[in-house]
Amino acid sequence: MSTNHEQPDVQDGPDAVLSYPQFLWKALGVATDGGPLFYVWMTLLTAVWLVGVNAFAHQTVHGQGLTAMTDHVSWGMYIGNFTFAVGLAAGAVMMVIPAYIYHDEDMHDVVIVGEILAIAAIAVALSFVNVDIGRLDRLWHLIPGIGRFNWPVSMLTWDVIVLSGYLLINLHVVGYLLYMRFLGRRPDKRWYLPFVFLSIIWAVSIHTVTAFLYSGLGGRPFWNSAVLAPRFIASAFVSGPAFIVLALQIVRRFSDFHVGDAPIETLIKILRVTALANLFLVFAEVFTEFYTGGSHVAAAEYLYFGLHGKHALVPWIWTAIACDVFAAVVFLTADIKKGLWIIDIACVATLFGLWVEKGLGLIVPGFVPSTLHEVVEYVPNLVEWKISIGIWAFGLIVFTLGLKLAVAVFTDAMHVDGDPAARKA
Amino acid sequence: MDDPSRRTLMKAGGATLGAAAFARAMAPITEWAADLSVDEFLQRHYKELTRDEMDAVLRRIEAKTKEEYGADVHVEDVRPTPGVQFAYALNLSVCIGCRRCAKACHEENNHDRATNNSYIRVLEMSNGSLNLEHGTVTYDHEVPAPGKFYMPVQCHQCDNAPCVKVCPVEATWKESDGIVVVDYDWCIGCRYCEAACPYHARRFNWTKPEIPAEEINPEQAYLSNRIRPQGVMEKCTFCLHRTRKGRLPACLEACPTGARVFGNLADPDSEIRWVLENKRVFVLKEDLGTQPRFFYFFDQ
Repeated sequence: MSTNHEQPDVQDGPDAVLSYPQFLWKALGVATDGGPLFYVWMTLLTAVWLVGVNAFAHQTVHGQGLTAMTDHVSWGMYIGNFTFAVGLAAGAVMMVIPAYIYHDEDMHDVVIVGEILAIAAIAVALSFVNVDIGRLDRLWHLIPGIGRFNWPVSMLTWDVIVLSGYLLINLHVVGYLLYMRFLGRRPDKRWYLPFVFLSIIWAVSIHTVTAFLYSGLGGRPFWNSAVLAPRFIASAFVSGPAFIVLALQIVRRFSDFHVGDAPIETLIKILRVTALANLFLVFAEVFTEFYTGGSHVAAAEYLYFGLHGKHALVPWIWTAIACDVFAAVVFLTADIKKGLWIIDIACVATLFGLWVEKGLGLIVPGFVPSTLHEVVEYVPNLVEWKISIGIWAFGLIVFTLGLKLAVAVFTDAMHVDGDPAARKA
Repeated sequence: MDDPSRRTLMKAGGATLGAAAFARAMAPITEWAADLSVDEFLQRHYKELTRDEMDAVLRRIEAKTKEEYGADVHVEDVRPTPGVQFAYALNLSVCIGCRRCAKACHEENNHDRATNNSYIRVLEMSNGSLNLEHGTVTYDHEVPAPGKFYMPVQCHQCDNAPCVKVCPVEATWKESDGIVVVDYDWCIGCRYCEAACPYHARRFNWTKPEIPAEEINPEQAYLSNRIRPQGVMEKCTFCLHRTRKGRLPACLEACPTGARVFGNLADPDSEIRWVLENKRVFVLKEDLGTQPRFFYFFDQ
């Protein structure tokens, strides 16, 4: 959002309620209007998404038997991506904290990018849960009061609450700030500041609860570790900022929205610390597993070195660790005055690394070996890839449209009819 | 660039094309949804159904089984008997690993034929170790093999069941006689229980089960061996459709060595009580605090 003191302090003008349909209508216009590159990008994303939708339709009809999952590895690609996406959403808060707690004015100007990322990433996370469950038609059983919501005992019910709550909070903050700017009004702090601070606590909660979902299971030694939640938070604070560093540069390049160097530099400073913290926690986990040994280490052994001749994840996890180490070194040593390209490579590398580490690298070893110590491997098949890539395309559609709307509003290209401030601009 | 009306027209064209593509992509699911009846969709949780509602549900399941599988079946809602506490014990000294119990389970509980599913997995273990790491379920040779012993594993009907705890919609619970059941019509298929179970006791219906009509066991119960829908969890119910009527579990009846002992813990004269009081008994993964109702013991 833009700094508030630029805004004229007027509360008269167009009616706030009656102008809302106009806001939606103009937003629809902005969302469907752009240059050739925009149309190519959106058409491509839509096509990829539709391939996923079609694969999902087939999976719904014929069952999850179309995937590579089995009773041995009963969660796979979908839940792995879900976990990573929750981290991405939580990581967006690393813009909100500098902007609102440390009053970093430069960050304040672009913090909406992080909030839109949170919305898109939660949409992705929820989509991954929906394609994973066997009976989508029974989703209403989860609605408190109508279905039977096993709260507070089941951690999954906590996850439902925190994820949908985080989505609503961010939708409110983004929606409110954009709409006020659209009306040419100064946003009322009482209507958004409490929610911004709530979103900070809430961001930590979504990834903590998601970690508890796994770490609370005594029968799965690989997950049953107290360091899992801190690891989740640390990795979220790497993946979120890394994604936003890339997104800010894309916004700067393809729009009139002003993005200075300062917010990017702040995010790189954050990454210097969080990338190391994440690696340290991985190391702490690996040390405890391997030094202790015994049957507890079997899953970690499978992940890092292979077990009984099965080693599907070994090349992935070492590539991921190499990427994370490389990125951490770059964040610490790169001279950003000479250009951001090396930082960008590091961001892409660590996003890949964390996608492996918090995705299949976290989920699959929970099931290999199985609770009866059978070693049955899992490699996602074409249906799972189609659906997963389709969901990420959907997330990028949400993110692109959200950014486009924000840019249009903040550059005053989209404003209410008869708004004096906008006329001036 | 171009004039607004042309642009609007192109947008409308694009939107129409997009909507058509979406409808096409979703086509399989719309056909599937048309097959789902309103009654099924709105059906309440097992514990909320009145007697009449339950009767209607049972008749609907029977009709559907006839329609989809071509078999005449009888589906009941068999309730627990007050004062009965079921438990199971297995004698590792005499089990020979023939897997007849697993086969009997497969047939009794109307499991999918193609996957050869069963609620029982039999581990072949090496003498001298109870470590599951050294066991295998894929043995394929004459049994009993020298130097080996055999350990069948099925649902332990834990008193402190991790699967029940994690279910987000209370689709699985422990009945008053100790049996952990699943309402197949309420389960959303998230498989959290399958991740939580330390005994690999739960199975997911990855596809719609396929069984030839003549092989379907027609004596069925709502909470146990009726043919499960696609996309839901299932598990061993100690054959409650039999045991709650005074019969023994199918796996016990199939056992050629008499390794299996089943009964009512609340009955002081029962065989199961005698085994628990006089044999060296242990439970699997006792350290997890799951408090199983399934015990193992040795003779020697």
